[in-house]
Amino acid sequence: MVQIKRLQEADAEIIALIGEIDASSSIDLDLAIAKSVGEGFKKILVDCHALEYISSAGLGVFMSYIEELREKNIYMVLFGLKEKVANTFEILGLAGLLHIRENKNDALKLAHELSV
Amino acid sequence: MNYRYNIGCSLANLKGIRDFVRKTLYENHVPEMQVSAIVLALDEMCSNLMIHAHHCDPNHTLELKIDRSSNNEYIFEIIDDGSVFDINRFAEPTMENLVHEKRKGGLGIRLVKSIMDRIEYRTEAGKSICRLTKMI
Repeated sequence: MVQIKRLQEADAEIIALIGEIDASSSIDLDLAIAKSVGEGFKKILVDCHALEYISSAGLGVFMSYIEELREKNIYMVLFGLKEKVANTFEILGLAGLLHIRENKNDALKLAHELSV
Repeated sequence: MNYRYNIGCSLANLKGIRDFVRKTLYENHVPEMQVSAIVLALDEMCSNLMIHAHHCDPNHTLELKIDRSSNNEYIFEIIDDGSVFDINRFAEPTMENLVHEKRKGGLGIRLVKSIMDRIEYRTEAGKSICRLTKMI
């Protein structure tokens, strides 16, 4: 079960993930990102501080957006990953494909830098 | 030690599998980071089986057994009714291909192979048994 909240801060969209993302709930993450992209946000921050677990189904959703975001000049930055969640990204070597920062301020800063 | 868990092939039951594995390993004092990785590998294996071999039919069941052969070798067996889904036969997609083809699948096999030390399959009395071994 995952609960997803979307909120706006300055010109960035923040998607907050609360709970666990597995094969049964990854569709919710997919829909949330699709909505943010569809609504035209150029900076999307994914708040992972309350994300307790992610399986390959959730990681696959992030992967599947990499090219579309690049084509549309949209910058997505993940932040606040717990060590056990970050470890899953590291096992797959995803840290080099996605933008990941420790906290929201650093994530916002990176999104601004990338978009200028 | 010998722990067993039976579950219907519905993706909604993956959380129950994770809780069972987590609880069993914590009871046996396995360190947290190892527990997280093993929980992930078993979630991946069970969801693969549920989706590809059982088409998420909740009337089909899987049995999960956890045992320890020596002080530091844990054995996880996933038993089902004869539908072999051998991940050793699947080539892992490259990360470039996953990104380029916008594929949402294929990462799970890579994760399981990275986390587990051995992945073996056998058939016994009409049942398929996938045996995953992890040295702690």
